[in-house]
Amino acid sequence: MELSKKTIHEINDLLDKKEVTVTEVTQSVVNRIDAVENSTAAYLSLQTEEALIAARAVDEKLRERKRRTPLEGIPYGLKDNMCTQGILTTCASKMLYNFNPPYNAHVYDRLIDEGGILLGKTNMDEFAMGSSTENSAYKITHNPWDLNKVPGGSSGGSAVAVAADTAFYTLGSDTGGSIRQPASFCGVVGMKPTYGLVSRYGLVAFASSLDQIGPLTKDVEDCALVLNAIIGHDAKDSTSLKLEKKDYTQNLKQGVKGLKIGVAQAFFGEGLQPEVRKSLEEAIEVYKALGAEIVDVSFQHLDYALSAYYMISSAEASSNLARYDGIRYGYRAEEYDGLVDLYKKTRSQGFGDEVKRRIMLGTYALSSGYYDAYYKKAMQVRTLIKEDFEQVFGGCDVLLTPTAPTTAFGIGEKTSNPLEMYLTDIYTVPVNIAGIPGISIPSGLDNSGMPIGMQLLGPILSEENLLKVAWAFENEKGLKNLKAPLETEV
Amino acid sequence: MEYEMVIGMEIHVELGTKTKIFCSCPTKFGQEENTHTCPVCLGMPGVLPVLNEKVVEYATRAGLALNCEIAHFSKMDRKNYFYPDLPKAYQTSQFDLPICTGGVVEIEVDGVKKDIGITRIHIEEDAGKLLHESADGTLVDVNRCGVPLVEIVTEPDLRSAEEARTFAEKVRNIMEYTGVSDCKMQEGSMRFDVNISMREKGVTVLGTRTEMKNLNSFRALIRAVQYESKRQIIELKKGHEIVQETRKWDDTKGVSSSLRSKEEAQDYRYFPEPDLVPIVIEKEYIEKIKRELPELPEAKKQRYIDEYKLPEYDAGVLTATGVTARFFEEAVLLYDEPKQISNWIMVEIPPLLKEKEITMENIPIAPVQLAELLKLVKENVINGTSGKEVLKEMFNTGKNPGEIVKEKGLAQMSDTAELEAIIEKIVADNPKSVEDIGTGNEKAYGFLTGKVMKETKGKANPQVANKIIREVVAKHLG
Repeated sequence: MELSKKTIHEINDLLDKKEVTVTEVTQSVVNRIDAVENSTAAYLSLQTEEALIAARAVDEKLRERKRRTPLEGIPYGLKDNMCTQGILTTCASKMLYNFNPPYNAHVYDRLIDEGGILLGKTNMDEFAMGSSTENSAYKITHNPWDLNKVPGGSSGGSAVAVAADTAFYTLGSDTGGSIRQPASFCGVVGMKPTYGLVSRYGLVAFASSLDQIGPLTKDVEDCALVLNAIIGHDAKDSTSLKLEKKDYTQNLKQGVKGLKIGVAQAFFGEGLQPEVRKSLEEAIEVYKALGAEIVDVSFQHLDYALSAYYMISSAEASSNLARYDGIRYGYRAEEYDGLVDLYKKTRSQGFGDEVKRRIMLGTYALSSGYYDAYYKKAMQVRTLIKEDFEQVFGGCDVLLTPTAPTTAFGIGEKTSNPLEMYLTDIYTVPVNIAGIPGISIPSGLDNSGMPIGMQLLGPILSEENLLKVAWAFENEKGLKNLKAPLETEV
Repeated sequence: MEYEMVIGMEIHVELGTKTKIFCSCPTKFGQEENTHTCPVCLGMPGVLPVLNEKVVEYATRAGLALNCEIAHFSKMDRKNYFYPDLPKAYQTSQFDLPICTGGVVEIEVDGVKKDIGITRIHIEEDAGKLLHESADGTLVDVNRCGVPLVEIVTEPDLRSAEEARTFAEKVRNIMEYTGVSDCKMQEGSMRFDVNISMREKGVTVLGTRTEMKNLNSFRALIRAVQYESKRQIIELKKGHEIVQETRKWDDTKGVSSSLRSKEEAQDYRYFPEPDLVPIVIEKEYIEKIKRELPELPEAKKQRYIDEYKLPEYDAGVLTATGVTARFFEEAVLLYDEPKQISNWIMVEIPPLLKEKEITMENIPIAPVQLAELLKLVKENVINGTSGKEVLKEMFNTGKNPGEIVKEKGLAQMSDTAELEAIIEKIVADNPKSVEDIGTGNEKAYGFLTGKVMKETKGKANPQVANKIIREVVAKHLG
C-alpha cells in the first residue's frame, strides 16, 4: 500500500522502526495530491514545496534523536479559517482574498510544536456557513466517493483531503455540524470536542459561542492522537477550559462492556434515509453483541434546536462579520463615494449570498423590537436543550444517532433551497447548542456506495468515552479499510 | 412661569491601568499614532479578548468609592455599530448587568447639602480617535482603542449647572484619590454626557430631554448646560415641544445644534459577548478592595482640621486634589508645622505654577525640598524674603534649598562682629539719623535698618541688626 493511504499510527510504527523517512511519507502524500487534487479540489492553497523542505529538516533531526511526538513529521491540512502567519487565510471568501495574518491560530502553533508538516489550507463554505462547501467563493470540492456529489460542509475540504489520502489528518471547525457532517459524507472520522476544550484563538469566528475546532482522521485511533495534540488551556481564549493534559489513546481499546448506549426516537424521525436507519440498527446490534446495554431515551425540546441554532449563530455572525469593512485588510470595492458607500459596496461585493443571508437574519434577530421574540427566545431554548441532554445522560453514557439524515447529495441539488440545506444539520446542531462533544464515524455504505455516518454523543468532557465506544465499533466492523474508489475515476 | 432644570449625567472615566482592557498594549497617552496596537485591539480576524483583571479591580474601587453595590455576577455585552474609530464594529461594554449599581454622592452648593444618586457604573472599552486636521482628510488613530473606561450614570437629580459642575468635580476628585484614573481632562481621561430637560416648578413628571455628548471640560459642561436650558425655556415659552434628540455642543461658538433625533438613534443590537466569560466577584474580594480604599476627600478634610488644626478653608484647598493632599502630607511628615506648609502651598506655590503653566501634578519640587526650605526659614538661616527667592530658584533649577542658599550667599548674617562693623560705618555715615533719634524720632531706626539690609543684600537678621543699631546709636549719642 502506498504510504499516503496509511493511518497516522501505521506511519508512526514505520517511522519509529526507521523503515521509512518523513521525506518519503511526505513525498507520497504530495504525489497523491498531484494525482487526485485536480478531481477533488480539497485545497484552497498548497504548501507542498515547503512541506518537503520541512520533511527533510525533520529527517535531519531524527538522525540525532528519536521522534518527540506521534505527529512529528506527519503531513496535515488546516481548514482555511485558521490563521497561519505568512500563509493566506481566506475563509473561502472574496472578502479575505488577500488576508495574510500576522499571527497564528493556537492550534497551528500547537501543531508546529508537535513537528507537524502543513500541506495546505482546505476549502470550506464561506466563513464556515453552509453544509456542502458549495458556498466557497473559490471552488467546488468533490466527494471522492462520487465526484458528482458534495463532500458536506462547511469543513468539506478537510474531510475530502482525509478521505482522498491527500492528508493524514486535517483540522476542521464545527459550529453546527461542520466537522461531523462532512466526515459522515466522506466516510472519515470527525470529532467536535466539548466547547472550550480546544482554543479558538486564531479561528476566524463564525458564531463564537458555538465554534469549536476538531480533528478529521482516517480512523478513531488517529482521532485520539490528534486530539491529544490540540487540546489544553490557552490564556488567550477566555472560554478555553482549564484542564490537565490527557492521553486519549490510553483507554481507547477497553471495549464497551457494561456501557449504556442511548437511542432516542427524536433522532430517527421523518426525512431519515432508510439505508441510514438500517445501518444504525445494525450498529446497535453490533454494540449489543459487544456487551453494551441499549436504552431508550427521550427529548422534550429537540424540535426547536434547529431554529434556535439559526437564530443564535446568525446573531453572533452578524456581529463577528461586521469588522469586514474594506478599511484595514481584505477586499475593498474599487469604486465608491465616501465612507458609507465604501462600506456598502465592499460588503455587497465581498460577501457571498449565504453569508449575507445570515448577516441579515442575525441583524434582524437582534434588532430592537424583535430581540425578545427571536434572540432571547432562542437563548431560552438553548438552556432547555442543555437540560434535555443532562437528563438524557442521566440515563445513558453515550447517545447513538445518525450524523445526517442522508448520505451525500448531488452538487447543485440543494443550492436553490437554503431551508432544505439547513435541514441536513438537524442531528448535529443540538450538540453545539449544548456544548457537548460528538464524533461521527462511518457505519456502512448506502445502496449507491456512499458512506453513512453514525454520530456518538456524550456529556461535557466525555471525549475519552466517545472515542472508546467509536473504536469498539470500528474495530468490530473493520470499516477503517474502506477506501473511496477514487483511483478508478482518475 | 418658572422652570426647573433636571439634569442627569454620564461620566466616562478612563481607568489608570497600565495596559488595555483586552490586550497587553500600553494605555499611555500622547504616543505616535497607531503604535500602541496589536491584532486584538485592532479586531483582526480570529483574535479573542482577555479581560484585564485590573479593570475589574479599578471598577470595583470606583463603585465602592461612590457607595455602590458591587454585583456578584455581571457580564460583558456587545454594542454593535459601524464607525471608523471602532475596528471590530462593536464596542464591548455592559448592558443589563453592570458591575456596580445604586450609589450616592453628596454634594454641597451654596451651603446646601444634597445627595446625587448613581444609577450604575459599567465597564467598557474606549474607541479610537479621528484626526480631522490632516491634509489627507480624516485619519484614524487607534491607540485609544481598548483603553478601559468606566461609565458612571446618575439619576436625574441635578438641578443646575452649578450642581452639575460640583458633582462632576467631586467625582473627578474621588476617582483621582482612589487611583482609579488620573482624570486628566485635557487628555480626555474624563468626559461628560449630559441629559437636560425642563419642567414647571412643582411638577414631578420629567420633561422631554436632550442629550449632549463628550463635553471635555468643566467650562464646557457649565456653558453647555446653561445654553441648553435657556434654549429649552425659550422653546417652551414659544409653546414649542422639546424634541428628544442628541445635540452637539460647539465649545468655540458656545452653541448647541441638533445632531440626530430619537428616530435616527442607532439600534445597538446589544447581546452577551460570547468571547468572554461572566465576571463573578466574591464577597471577600469586595471586602479586600474596601479595606485598601484610600481616605476619601471628605474624611481627609475633616482629619486636616482635627489633626493638623488647620482652618476649614486651608483643609478644603489642600484636599481639593489628591496630588496636593499627598504633597502636603509628605511635607508635614518631614516638618511638623502644618499651618506653615499650608501657607506656602496655598500662597507661594500657585503663582510659580502659573508662571510655568503647569499644575500640582507636574510640580518640579519634592515635598522634602519644601520641608527643608521651611526649616531654613524657621532656624533663621534665611529670612522669609530670601525663602521666596529660594523657592523660585528651586522651581527653575530643581536644586535643593541648602545648595541655593550657599551658592547665592543668602544665609543670614549671624556673625555679630561683621554686622557690628557694617552698622558702625552706617551710623557714622548718617549723623542726621542719629540726631533725629536723639530728638525722639524713632522712625529713623527704620531708616537705618533699611540701610543695613541694603548693605547686606537682605542677609542680615532684622532682629539682630535692630538690636545692634540701638546699641551703636546709644553709644554715639553718648
